[in-house]
Amino acid sequence: MTGASKTAMTAMTTLALAALVTAGAAPAAADTIAITGATIYQRSDRKLDNATIVIRDGKIAEVDAGVAVPAGATRIDGKGKTVTAGLIEAATQLGLIEVDAEESGNDGRFGNQPTEIHAAYRAIDGYDGRSVAIPVARTGGVTSAITGPIGGLVAGQTAWVSLADAAAPLAPIRAPAAMVIALGRNAMPAGSRGQTVERLRELFDDVDAYRRNRAGFERNASRHLIGQRLDLEALIPVLDGRELAVIRATAEVDIRAALAIAAERKLRIAIVGGAEAWRVAPELAAARMPVLLDPTENLPGDLGALDVRDDNATILARAGVAVGISTLDRPSAARTIRQLAGIAVAQGLPWPKGLAAITEVPAQIYGGAAERGTLERGKIADVVVWSGDPLELTSRAEAVIIGGAVQSLVTHQSRLLDRYKTLPKP
Amino acid sequence: MRVPVLALLGLAACAAPPPRVAKPEPPALDIADSWVDPTADTPPRGKRPTRDRAAALHDPSAQVIAIRHATIMTATGKIVEGGTIVLSGGAIAALGSDASVAVPAGARVIDGTGKFVTPGLIDAHSHLGVYAVPFAHANDDGNEATAPVTAQVRAQYGYSPQDPAIARAIAGGVTAALILPGSANLIGGEGFTVVMRPGRTSDEVAFPGAPRTIKMACGENPKRVYGGKAGPSTRMGEYAAFRAAFNEARGYLAKQAAYERSRALWLKKKTRAAELDARQTDAKLKVKVEPAPEVPPVDLRLETLAGVLHGDVLVQIHCYKASDMAEMVAVADESGFKIRSFHHALEAYKIRDLLAARGIAINTWSDWWGFKLEAFDGIPENTALVTQQGGRATIHSDSAIGIQRLNQDAAKAMAAGRAAGIAISDDQALRWVTANPAWVLGIDDITGTLEPGKRADVAVWSGSPLSVYSRAELVIAGGEVTYDRSQGATPSDFELANSATQRVP
Repeated sequence: MTGASKTAMTAMTTLALAALVTAGAAPAAADTIAITGATIYQRSDRKLDNATIVIRDGKIAEVDAGVAVPAGATRIDGKGKTVTAGLIEAATQLGLIEVDAEESGNDGRFGNQPTEIHAAYRAIDGYDGRSVAIPVARTGGVTSAITGPIGGLVAGQTAWVSLADAAAPLAPIRAPAAMVIALGRNAMPAGSRGQTVERLRELFDDVDAYRRNRAGFERNASRHLIGQRLDLEALIPVLDGRELAVIRATAEVDIRAALAIAAERKLRIAIVGGAEAWRVAPELAAARMPVLLDPTENLPGDLGALDVRDDNATILARAGVAVGISTLDRPSAARTIRQLAGIAVAQGLPWPKGLAAITEVPAQIYGGAAERGTLERGKIADVVVWSGDPLELTSRAEAVIIGGAVQSLVTHQSRLLDRYKTLPKP
Repeated sequence: MRVPVLALLGLAACAAPPPRVAKPEPPALDIADSWVDPTADTPPRGKRPTRDRAAALHDPSAQVIAIRHATIMTATGKIVEGGTIVLSGGAIAALGSDASVAVPAGARVIDGTGKFVTPGLIDAHSHLGVYAVPFAHANDDGNEATAPVTAQVRAQYGYSPQDPAIARAIAGGVTAALILPGSANLIGGEGFTVVMRPGRTSDEVAFPGAPRTIKMACGENPKRVYGGKAGPSTRMGEYAAFRAAFNEARGYLAKQAAYERSRALWLKKKTRAAELDARQTDAKLKVKVEPAPEVPPVDLRLETLAGVLHGDVLVQIHCYKASDMAEMVAVADESGFKIRSFHHALEAYKIRDLLAARGIAINTWSDWWGFKLEAFDGIPENTALVTQQGGRATIHSDSAIGIQRLNQDAAKAMAAGRAAGIAISDDQALRWVTANPAWVLGIDDITGTLEPGKRADVAVWSGSPLSVYSRAELVIAGGEVTYDRSQGATPSDFELANSATQRVP
């Protein structure tokens, strides 16, 4: 990171703090909200007709048919509307990438070299909660996101952030959320797939060596280790199985390597990408290893992973693999995850699994299912009111509630629309 | 050369008196020219044979197909519920309500109950075949990034008609596309309008009767590519370079005109001299005629630009920002060409009055934005706003993934427009991916709508094409079935060994 962007980031954090302090006295989350008479998907596979949901103190207080509206509650008429849990974009760079093509708008992208090890990099340190892409994502009903670095063998640690106005940089839902590791083409521009696997095993061995000999390491009495001290430290929770490792792997052979490493080391691993994962579906199911994928990835683009197909998600789900759906690192497209889920449904994934892929499954993968992903009593009130079927192209998110607070749907884009709806005189 | 011309003009003006014999001139050195032009046997420069418009509308081998009981979205403003469409000989023979259309004997009859029939989708901006999959340096044939102006190259030269992405685009209901060079160059070369079907050679898949097109690009890309080389490195440099290129083309045209003029004059002189010589008895006094004017060299780069200035080539320009599009309009005005359409055009809504007044179309996405600074002001209502203004818009893909779901992108743009209070009909949304791109490609008299007499470019959908859940079930290009979902997609040569393509989806 350049000195200039560091300065900018410090300034940003200060501003965000100021905003929170101002708003903090009376957070909108304190309001009681009731959405009445709606079709409510309490879970992806539990639909309640003509039901009411009551949100109090930022949490879901009641949800069922025939629930009374508390006195003084802000009422949202849900007649003809569909209500779901807030969507979760499970693998993104929201808040890290402002403008992809510009260096100053780009954080957390490392070179594709198996020598790049950035385990100690924490996405939350570079996260900009005021990114213009965040309100745009909200218009697509996305209420939280797992954002993180990519590139190299170990890119660093993701953060699960709320996409609520301004609050996100200060209150991550979970940081770190996972360690990002890459295998195969995801970690190397050319050369050897085996090399990335070998380097990863060596790195894990070095973490063991470092743990056994911290004192020696400090005295410079250690054999050469391929990771730096903080990187080795950061990998300890992963090797202990306390922190999830997301392994970016496209090819069957890389996914099999991930399965082998998970078994050897007893790690918690989720596959991200997984274009050829359908070929390993039974093994992934047996290992309880979830897959986060983009169902539009059907091009035989990688010579090492040519066996790609439209119904990857369907085959995986049928085998019992937990399937999450994501844009995979396209922050400006985060609002399209519901379309991606719809596309997977068109390709044979049952509709409830389509909704689950952008709500429950990411929450489960990242260890937050007790608080998010469904609309059950006591959970955090991340809720979206849709004009119709949330996966359908013509439906819109009409109200987005995060942590019990109704969010503004004003964006850079809606302001441009307002400005240019009537053209100025030439 | 000037003096003999004048002299001869004087001569020709007299009513042909025999030349006055002042004094006999010394005999010329009479050396026989035994040199034989080694290029004399070279065949004349030929034109690449292309099939014409008639071939687009007639294929005697095409089977007769009747689709019955379907919702027929014609993209002409008319939607027929419970309709029948008959395809015959590669063209649309009839369409209308079930009751009004007779099914010819021997036709393959398809029950369209619950299904939707639309024109085949058309993508006005694709790089299929020039950036074929697998993504490999070996397949990077879309940007001749060796000079900012490479008008001499053509996407057709680099087109791989076995790109595995083609079958996937067909499965998305696509029947035609404009394959463009990339946007590294200011003038990247000629586009290639294709029938969306695999083939052995590019000529087999060239869209019959499609006019020539050319790709230009402004803004971030060319200056990024050439900033570290010889330039241009700024937008200033880009627009100066466009002007310089077309100035050069004008100079080239002027040289050609001067040549044509002097050759015509020289031919007259030769004829006149022959007449005079025929009457001349003294062989020493034959009229001297200077050698034929030298043929100016052919420059293929400038030939293409000259074609643009002549209006023979439809100009397609990659531009994002309103200010960039306006600069390109100024370049076109000053240089003397017309712009057919802007591509990407994320800020078209800011200058939709200018674009509509000029009749310049735009090709864009429903909701791409923010991936580069010149895309920062993209809004989902862009397409609807341009349409509302009376401008012509298309939804394009620029992507081997996006081309598989042009209909969905149109649906999203429609929904965004409606939410902003702009009345966009289903038929209008469909026009963004059918009739309007046909116009951008200059083939709207052949395809793009469902009307009797038009080419049998048709997609049959499992439900409304504006729903995320619908899929193309049958795709027909020029009367030929290019995709039948019940049979699965036809794998490309490259994928024959892949297990994924062995299965019916």
